[in-house]
Amino acid sequence: MSGNGASRLQEIEAKVLAEGRLSGEDGLALLQVTNLPWLGFLADTVRRRKRPEREVTYVVGRIINYTNVCWVKCTFCAFYRLPGHQEGYVLSREEIFQKIQDAVDHGGTEVLFQGGLNPALKIDYFEEIFRAIRRRFPVHIHGLSPAELIYLAKISRLSLRETLLRLKSAGLGTIPGGGAEILVDDVRQAISPLKDTVEEWLDCMRTAHQVGIPSSATMMFGSVETAAQRVEHLLRLRSLQDETGGFTAFVAWNFQPDGTDLKGKRASAFDYLRTVAVARLMLDNFGNIQASWLTQGPKVAQIALHYGVNDLGSTIFEERVVSAGGTKFMASREEIERVIADAGYTPRVRNTRYEILR
Amino acid sequence: MEALFARTGLADLYEKVVQGERLSYDDGLRLYRTPELTAVGALANVVRERMNGDATYYVRNLHINYTNICNKLCKFCSFYAPPGDPRGYVLTPDDIVARLAEHRDHVIREIHMVAGINPKLPYQYYLDILRSVRAARPEAQIKAFTMIELAQIARAAKKPLGDVLEDLKGAGLACVPGGGAEVFSDRVHEELFRAKLDNEGWFQVAREVHRAGLRSNATMLYGHIETVEEKVKHLLHIRELQDETKGFQCFVPLAFDPARTELEHIPVTTGQQNLREIAIARLLLDNFPHIKAFWIMITPQIAQLALWYGADDLDGTVSHYEITHALGTASHHQALSHQELLDLISEAGRVPVERDALYNVIPEQLAVGGQQSAKGSVSLRVLSSSS
Ligand code: SF4
Ligand code: SF4
Repeated sequence: MSGNGASRLQEIEAKVLAEGRLSGEDGLALLQVTNLPWLGFLADTVRRRKRPEREVTYVVGRIINYTNVCWVKCTFCAFYRLPGHQEGYVLSREEIFQKIQDAVDHGGTEVLFQGGLNPALKIDYFEEIFRAIRRRFPVHIHGLSPAELIYLAKISRLSLRETLLRLKSAGLGTIPGGGAEILVDDVRQAISPLKDTVEEWLDCMRTAHQVGIPSSATMMFGSVETAAQRVEHLLRLRSLQDETGGFTAFVAWNFQPDGTDLKGKRASAFDYLRTVAVARLMLDNFGNIQASWLTQGPKVAQIALHYGVNDLGSTIFEERVVSAGGTKFMASREEIERVIADAGYTPRVRNTRYEILR
Repeated sequence: MEALFARTGLADLYEKVVQGERLSYDDGLRLYRTPELTAVGALANVVRERMNGDATYYVRNLHINYTNICNKLCKFCSFYAPPGDPRGYVLTPDDIVARLAEHRDHVIREIHMVAGINPKLPYQYYLDILRSVRAARPEAQIKAFTMIELAQIARAAKKPLGDVLEDLKGAGLACVPGGGAEVFSDRVHEELFRAKLDNEGWFQVAREVHRAGLRSNATMLYGHIETVEEKVKHLLHIRELQDETKGFQCFVPLAFDPARTELEHIPVTTGQQNLREIAIARLLLDNFPHIKAFWIMITPQIAQLALWYGADDLDGTVSHYEITHALGTASHHQALSHQELLDLISEAGRVPVERDALYNVIPEQLAVGGQQSAKGSVSLRVLSSSS
């Protein structure tokens, strides 16, 4: 690193220690840093500020991929089947209840309800199933990413706001930030041309936050985007968070190339930790940064706890969208707690709103 | 960095490490007990960069396990078949040559041969396999026989170890891998590998190996029943021997894999444990030129991160891996391609340097080929400044 570069990084270090806000250029400089422990130290400074307790949280939940039928054809997706394809499915109510019962029996408090954009499923389908779930089970429904919501509003001939209000009264609690990929239209055009635009995605989150539905935010990195576009993504999330305060957490996961149209290499563990640390540093208005156990595996997810991460997500995984792309990590509660304790933190169970339960 | 160290309670160790002072037993215990993994890594990185710069060594190698028959019955081992067991095998010199022939199109610079302790094998067998390997791949160096195997070979030879080592060298042995050290604790020895060479025995063999002019590695098997105190003692014991002989080239912390062993109830090691062992080894073993992150046992992901936690060696591409003698792992048929290994290193901001078994640097045009010349030239610069 040149002398110039070193003093630039010292400036950034001083800024972080003084609780200053980092600029886009700062973020870009940090994404070029190779001194990993230094970056970890810095990210951990912010993490301690946000979460002074030496605790790491997780939620006991279950993912329900209610349908794999989808017409969007994202190049990175190995999960979808086009409408009419013989491998397409929609889970029956009984199958859904069975899965939720299973989760509840294991102490589950959250159901992540996520699927493809299936033209056959309109608002009444979701209202009915959410009401039925809430009648039967004491679980929080975390579901429907912006792409699903925008499409649902369209085929149901409703405004987004109305759609969200109706889903909320049917029992929708929070929204996963999935489908954000990289919030830069050039990148979205390249990897999921039929999906919502950046403005649509942000608008959907804004509306949700306004009607009282908090959400998480994600970033899928390592496909075709540049470092500058990663930074742009983070800045867009940060400014919406300034506006609404409705994001509960941020989670980054790396693009999983196996079985998708987008060939390419999987981002390395080094790139993952660096990206997560930079996210912790840039997203100074986010309370929580979550590690993607699912895509990184337990070993790297554990190390991420020293790079700004304070949450390990959900224990019971059935994320077909990701696992069809080649990653097969599961987490039992025992394992998740062992990994947290081994890293020097106390494991705590939270709910979807990041309130500590145990 | 200083400012960031203040909150970790390890500022005094940072001072010591930057000054190049030797760390004590108590320092070692603190490094194991602090929850501040990043701080431990950052300390180790100071030493790593002082000794090796950005250079990250690797070797194109092939592993051969000539027999799985073993009478030591170590509890942590999933590789061995006891004498008489139908799963037992012994590779003849011809079998080994045939296996080498499968890899005839690959560059191989190191052939790594270790195995069980098979009392039926005559002395001549060991000389024969060395000679056959040397004849089949004269350009590759042979790294073979843990300290335990060497003790057995001397027993089979009915000759003093010093003479045996001369014979083995004459037949083609270039250096010794150093496994079988486990953890130097009589308690652990008694519980897990009582039939095996004891701790003093290991040191005796290592000393003779170095005296014979052969260099070796040293290892430590962690993640089973060992205590923190035992690990620090182990490392300091090895450091002492290195002060005496200067015969060790590299230290390899080996993560215990409980699968299919008698200790299956023990959970697999975590990423944090893997990185901490590497970092502490780098910090305590200030007289070892190299610390290895053995990716086969700790995953390529953690091995990549380890390049910032003290490691400067990634072992190799490793084609064919059945045993980790005294490491307790069977049937890891894994390999990284040469390109994957190079990418792993350079994506982490380090410089790949191809080496042979004795850490001689392979000149860049042989090492990485024309398209990699940018990387290669950096590696040579780093090397010439540190040698
Ligand atoms: S990622 Fe979602 S929207 Fe895109 S094809 Fe897959 S299921 Fe459809
Ligand atoms: S570790 Fe080595 S000595 Fe012990 S049983 Fe296995 S092969 Fe034999």
